[in-house]
Amino acid sequence: MSDITKQSLSELVKNIKDKKLSSEEVTKAFIDRSEKSKELNAYITEDYSSALEKAKKFDQKPNLNLKLPGIPMAVKDLFCTKNILTTAGSKILNNFVPSYESTVTQNIWNEGAILLGKLNCDEFAMGSSNETSFFGNVQNPIDKNLVPGGSSGGSASAVAGQLTPITIGTDTGGSIRQPASFTGTVGLKPTYGSCSRYGIVAFASSLDQAGPMAQNVKDCALLQEIISSYDPKDSTSIDFKRNEYSKELTNNIKGKKIGIPKEYRVDGMPKEIEELWQKGIKYAKDCGAEIIDISLPNTSYALPTYYIVAPAEASSNLARYDGVKYGFRAKGENLIDMYEKTRSEGFGAEVQRRIMIGTYVLSSGYYDAYYLKAQKVRKLIKNDFDEAYNKVDAILTPSTPSSAFKIGEKKDDPVSMYLNDIFTVPVNLAGLPGISIPAGHDAKGYPLGLQIIGKAFDEQNILNIAYAMEEKINFKNKITDWWIK
Amino acid sequence: MSIDLKTIKHISKLSRISVDEQKAYKLANDLNSIFKFIEKLNELKTDNIEPLTSIAETTLKLRPDEVKSKDIREQIIKNSPQDNEDYFVVPKVIE
Amino acid sequence: MSKNKSEYLINRKDNQYEVVIGLEVHAQVTSESKLFSSSSTKFGAEPNTQVSLVDAAFPGMLPVINEFCVKQAIKTGIGLNAKINKRSVFDRKNYFYADLPQGYQISQFKDPIVGEGKVILDMPNGQKEVGIERLHLEQDAGKSIHDLDPQNTFVDLNRSGVALMEIVSKPDLRSPDEVSAYIKKLRSIMRYLGTCDGNMQEGSLRADVNVSVRAKGSKEFGTRCEIKNVNSIKFMQMAIEYEANRQVDLIEEGKTIDQETRLFDTKKNETRSMRSKEDAHDYRYFPDPDLLPLEVSDEFVNELKKNIPELPDDKKKRFIDEFKLSPYEATILVSDIDTAKYFEEVVAKMGKNKDIKLAVNWITGELFAVLNNKNLEISQSPVSAKNLAILVNLIKNGTISGKIAKTVFELMMDGDKDPQKIVEEKGLKQQSDPKAIEALIDKIINDNREKAIEYKQGKEKLFGFFVGQAMKASGGKANPQLINEILKKKLQ
Repeated sequence: MSDITKQSLSELVKNIKDKKLSSEEVTKAFIDRSEKSKELNAYITEDYSSALEKAKKFDQKPNLNLKLPGIPMAVKDLFCTKNILTTAGSKILNNFVPSYESTVTQNIWNEGAILLGKLNCDEFAMGSSNETSFFGNVQNPIDKNLVPGGSSGGSASAVAGQLTPITIGTDTGGSIRQPASFTGTVGLKPTYGSCSRYGIVAFASSLDQAGPMAQNVKDCALLQEIISSYDPKDSTSIDFKRNEYSKELTNNIKGKKIGIPKEYRVDGMPKEIEELWQKGIKYAKDCGAEIIDISLPNTSYALPTYYIVAPAEASSNLARYDGVKYGFRAKGENLIDMYEKTRSEGFGAEVQRRIMIGTYVLSSGYYDAYYLKAQKVRKLIKNDFDEAYNKVDAILTPSTPSSAFKIGEKKDDPVSMYLNDIFTVPVNLAGLPGISIPAGHDAKGYPLGLQIIGKAFDEQNILNIAYAMEEKINFKNKITDWWIK
Repeated sequence: MSIDLKTIKHISKLSRISVDEQKAYKLANDLNSIFKFIEKLNELKTDNIEPLTSIAETTLKLRPDEVKSKDIREQIIKNSPQDNEDYFVVPKVIE
Repeated sequence: MSKNKSEYLINRKDNQYEVVIGLEVHAQVTSESKLFSSSSTKFGAEPNTQVSLVDAAFPGMLPVINEFCVKQAIKTGIGLNAKINKRSVFDRKNYFYADLPQGYQISQFKDPIVGEGKVILDMPNGQKEVGIERLHLEQDAGKSIHDLDPQNTFVDLNRSGVALMEIVSKPDLRSPDEVSAYIKKLRSIMRYLGTCDGNMQEGSLRADVNVSVRAKGSKEFGTRCEIKNVNSIKFMQMAIEYEANRQVDLIEEGKTIDQETRLFDTKKNETRSMRSKEDAHDYRYFPDPDLLPLEVSDEFVNELKKNIPELPDDKKKRFIDEFKLSPYEATILVSDIDTAKYFEEVVAKMGKNKDIKLAVNWITGELFAVLNNKNLEISQSPVSAKNLAILVNLIKNGTISGKIAKTVFELMMDGDKDPQKIVEEKGLKQQSDPKAIEALIDKIINDNREKAIEYKQGKEKLFGFFVGQAMKASGGKANPQLINEILKKKLQ
C-alpha cells in the first residue's frame, strides 16, 4: 500500500485490525513523510527511532482490541511527555524533560498509539499564526509562506500535510479551531472540564482545553472519546457521562434547531466569509435541520474580555518559569537579577507582552476596572449562550473572519492578530464545545471553516451535525506536496 | 488612558522581566493599542452583575488526607539549572 | 483615670500612650499530607525529600485540595466561636521568591473559610474578649538557607505546600501580656481540637504582629507597622515593647510613622525596616482558576460540630461546678489539654472517696515542680495519673502522712512505681495506733521534763518541739494528727 499516509485514521485502524497493515509499516510511512517534510517545520522534537521500536514491539504481540492499535501520532509540544523534551515552544523550557505524562496523552498511549514526536506551536500557546514559537515558523501545507494558524500550528500542519494521521492540540481562544480552519482540517474544542489539564503546560487555566484534530469528523469523534476522561488530579475536571462519540455518531440531524447569531456578522468581514456562512446554512437545512435566527448581544465584548482574562491568568501561570527549578537560567548577580534576565531572555516578545498586560490588569488600583469587569462581562457572555440554548440545540458561525494569511503579514500588529479569534473566543469564555469543519475555499484557493457551537457536554450533538454537514459539503483539501522535493 | 514608561517599568518589575528603554517604548506602544481596544468594555454597565468565579459546572472535590508522594528528590532536582544533590541553588538573595 | 492597675501604658513627660496590637497567627494544620498535594508534612526530613511535582510547581501540575485540612480549619473556626462560611474562594497571591516555586501562594483573600469569632482571655484582673476577624487556609512556602554558601542561597521545598491557617485577630490587644495570653489560649484551643500542635520551636505556630500606638483615650488608630514572622511568645513581647517605644519616640519628636513591614532582630533585640519602598509589594490577588469555590454543606459543618470535644472554657466551668475548684486552679488545669487529661484521669482513678483538692495540690505542686525541673511535658510525666491517684488516696485514708508521701513520690519517679508497694516494702505505713503513740509521747515527756514544765507555764512555742521529737522517734511514720491530739492531752 503506497498511500498509507493518505488514509484516514479509521481506515488505518481497520487495516491494522484486518492485518492488512502492520504498525511498523504505518509508522514507517509517517516517519518517511515527516522526514521529507522538514520544510514545514511542524516538529520540535522527533522521536522516530523509539516510535519504530514501539511499532515493532506492538506487531510482535498486537492487541487489536485497542482503539488506536499501533497507530503512530505526533502531539502538540504543550503536553508533557515522560522522558521526552517538552518545550511549549519556548526557550525557557528548551531543555526540560518531564518525568511524568499528561493525562490526555496517557489516555492515548493506553489505547495503543505510538508517539512520533512533539509538534511546533506558538510559545506557551500564545499566538494565532505559530510565529511566536522559539523554534521558528511553521509552513501551511496549503501554500508556501502561509501561516498554519495557531497556536496549534504544528499540529494542524502535520495533520493537513499527512505527517500524522491525527493529533491533539489545545484551545484557549481558538487554538485548535482556527488552525484547523486555516489548513482544511477538523478540530474540536471540547467542553471545559471534559479533557484533563493535568500535565499540559498551562496558558490560561480557566480557558485551556485539549482537543482532537483530524482529517474528518469521525476520526475526531474517536479521538475525543479517548482523550476525554474524568481526572481527580484536575480539580476542574468534570465527572459527567461521556459518550462513545464515534460509535454513537450519526448523520441524522433532522429537526435539530440550529441558531444563527446575527452579531457574528462583523464589520469588515470579507464577502467570501459571509457566502461561506450562507452555504453552511443551506447545507444544514439540506440535512433536515431547522435554522433559527438568534442573538448573542455581548459578542463584541468577548475579545476585549478575553484579552484581560487570558493574560491575567497567564501572568500568574508563567511565574513558575524563574530559572530555579527547571528550564533556562540566565546568569545573574543576585536572585532578582537572575529572575529578570532569565525571564527577559527566556520568553519571547508576545509572551512578555501578555505577561505585562496580565500583570497590569491585576495590579493594585486596576483590578476592579479590568479583571473584575472582565469576569462580569464573561458572565454576561455565558448568559447569552444559556439564553440562546433555550431556543436552539447548536449554533453555526464561521470559524475565522478570514482565510490563512502570509507569514509576517500581521506579526507587528498585535490587535489585528488578536482579531483572528473573534468567532472562537466567546466559546472558550463560556466553556462550551465547538468544532471547526472545512467548508469551502476562498478566491485564493485557501480553505475556510465553519464552526458549530454546542451546549456544555453536548459534544455528541455537534459532532453529529458536523458529520452530517461534512457529507453534504464534500470538501477536498488541495494539498500539492509543494514542500517535498 | 495611556500607559507611560514609568508604568511599564513598574509592571516589568512586578513581573520580573528586565526591560531596557527601547523595549519599554515598544511595549508602551503595544499596550496602549491593546488597551484602546480593551476599553470597549467601558460601554457596558456591570454594576449589578456577579462576576464569574469558575466556568466549570461542578463543585470542588476534596481528596482524602493520604501521603502518596514518595521521596523523588533526584527526579525533582534533575532538571534544575544549578543544584547540589540536596538543594536547589540560586544566586544569593539580597534583602 | 487609670483605674486599672495592670494597664500597659508608655509614658513620656506628660503624655501617656496606649499600644494597639493585632495578630496574624500562622498555625500549621495537623495533617498527614499537604494542602494541595499528597506529600508528607513530617517535620525534620532530609531536604527536598518531601516534595512532589505539584509542590515544586512543575509545568502542568495542578492543586487538589485535602479534605482533612478543610475540616481542621472549620473545627478551629468552631473552637473560636466563629462564623463558618459555606462558600469560600482560593486566591493566588503573586510574588517572586526562591522558596515560592509557583511564583504565587494559594491563599484566601476576599472570601475566607471562617469569618468573625472571639476568644476569651483570663487575665489577672479578669476576663478579656479578643475579636477574631477571620481564619483562612493557605500554603506554606519552602525554606531559603543563606548561610551554607557565601555566593548562593540553598532552597529546601519540604515545607512548600504544607497547610497553614492564618488566624487574624482584631486590633483588640493592648499589652505584651495580653499577647502572650492570647497566643497561649489559641494554642490551647487548637491543641484541644487536634488541629495544630502549637509547637513553636518547629515553626508550627508563628505570628505577624501589627503594632500601633495612640495617645491614651484617643479613639483613632495610629499608623501601624507589621513585624513579620515572630516565632516565640518571648520575642513577640520584646518586639512589641521595642516597636511601641520606637513609635512613641517618633511621635514625641514630631516625626511621622511609616506604615511598613519590619523584622525583629533577636540578637540586637530591635525591629528594623524590611523592604524598601521602591519594592513595595503588589500581590495581584485573583481567584485561582485551577480551583473552584470551596462549598461546604450544613451537614458537613454540623457533623464536625457534633464531634467537637469539650474546649478549655467549658472544661473550666465544669471543673469549677463539678469539682469545686477555684477559678485559678481550674484555669491552670485546663490551659493545656494534656494537663486537663492527666487531672481528669487522676480524679477518675481515685474512686469514690476522693479528695480532689488534695489531688490538685499534688499536681500543681509536686508534679509541676518535677516536670519543670526535668523540662518534661506532662504527657512524659514519670509518674502516671493512676499512681498519683493511689498516692493521694493513701494520704486521704491516713495510710501515710503528707510528709511521707513526698518520700514515696520521690521513689515513684523511678519507673512509675506503685506507691502502695513502696509503702509496704519500705515499711512507711503511718503509725496510727493511739496506744503506741501514747507510749512514745510519755517517754518523750519524761525525757524532757523541764521543757514540759516551761510549756505548761506558757511557752507555747515548745509544742512544735514535742511534735518534732515524737515524729523523729517514730521514724516519721506516726500519724501527725494523733500526735497532736495526744500531746495536747498529755501536756495539759
